[in-house]
Amino acid sequence: MNGAQDLGGMHGFGPVVREADEPLFHAPWERRAFGVTLAMGATGSWTLDASRHARESLPPAEYLAASYYEIWAKGLERLVVAAGLVGADELAAGRALRPGARLARVLSAEAVPAALARGGPTDRETAAPPRFAVGDRVRTRVINPVGHTRLPRYARGKTGEIVLHHGAHVFPDTNAHGKGEAPQHLYTVRFAGRELWGEGADPTLSVSIDAWESYLDAA
Amino acid sequence: MHDHDHDDHEHDHGHGHSHLEPIEARVKALESILVEKGYVEPAAIDALIDTYETEVGPRNGARVVARAWTDPAFRDALAADATAGIASMGFVGRQGEHMVAVFNTPDEHHLVVCTLCSCYPWPVLGLPPTWYKSAPYRARAVMDPRGVLAEFGVTLPETTAIRVWDSTAEVRYLVVPMRPEGTDGLDVEGLSDLVTRDSMIGTGLARAPGAARGEGAR
Repeated sequence: MNGAQDLGGMHGFGPVVREADEPLFHAPWERRAFGVTLAMGATGSWTLDASRHARESLPPAEYLAASYYEIWAKGLERLVVAAGLVGADELAAGRALRPGARLARVLSAEAVPAALARGGPTDRETAAPPRFAVGDRVRTRVINPVGHTRLPRYARGKTGEIVLHHGAHVFPDTNAHGKGEAPQHLYTVRFAGRELWGEGADPTLSVSIDAWESYLDAA
Repeated sequence: MHDHDHDDHEHDHGHGHSHLEPIEARVKALESILVEKGYVEPAAIDALIDTYETEVGPRNGARVVARAWTDPAFRDALAADATAGIASMGFVGRQGEHMVAVFNTPDEHHLVVCTLCSCYPWPVLGLPPTWYKSAPYRARAVMDPRGVLAEFGVTLPETTAIRVWDSTAEVRYLVVPMRPEGTDGLDVEGLSDLVTRDSMIGTGLARAPGAARGEGAR
């Protein structure tokens, strides 16, 4: 979706601000927002792609005004409601009004190290041969899906070169919406800076994105 | 008094949703609902937080880089399959499932960003700093990386090409900075002290031996 999360190439945000002591968390609630988001993710009630989509679905003005973990917390609220695990009335009340649903998994403290070590690999087997090979010229499609996508606006309709092939990976555009993993070949595509930003761009610049096969046509 | 405080708070944080609680209370309520319903265990949340506050951080990545500087076979392995190379040092898991290492040279400088969210190689670098997740960095790293680098105090020769890697999938990138001059006598441990976090994102360079920590130690 063309949401506020798609920031590449925007102007007006000012310089990159670095904090003196760079705290990982700025307040106790940020710690909890982080931990509870990961713990709920471990229940398998939704995919990582769905959680990204929940965050980027915040209205743009709200997304841009929110702190990072505020976006996570609001995204988690949307996820638990959409999954039918918590009622909007319970969020409004600030307490549980009904017993919980039965979940496939609940993460225990003892299981945390193994769960983190396992992670969530997204590479998958596919019978489909890759359409492209390293060195091929490709053009990204011009698409504007209302749902989740990982093709940023600045890299749509641009010609570049395949520099890496990662095998097949879970396709976020379907997986975020419960439409299956539908794995596709994933490539790193490198664009000249001038292809993306025009003649005024740094002539030494190149930018790559990781692009699923259906984002690409032969150029 | 209570109402007055409440109003002030909403003024400060009033980014819509003014009918709801301020974020601190909102997160607390969310956690307690999820605990009451039996979906999460507070001790697991504590363990998740503790892992990234105390165990996983950029010293992991620094050890990978220092080894790549000193062990040509490991460097080759890292270039061929960074996931396996990094896993061989015990750094695996969430947000590092699919790793690619990119190597800085005098001709080419690599910079990593996630314009769409905050993708970052947790097993080797820990959680990202706030600036990495911020709009200014995500907006400008892909369009004006030299301008961004200047804000980090890094000026590269005009002849050094800049390659920006936008992490739009589940592949995570680790920059292997150039080994500083005058480090022949250092062992892997001494070398790893020179590998800053920013040098593994590409917003910094490895520290020269004897240079002060502080800024560059990030």
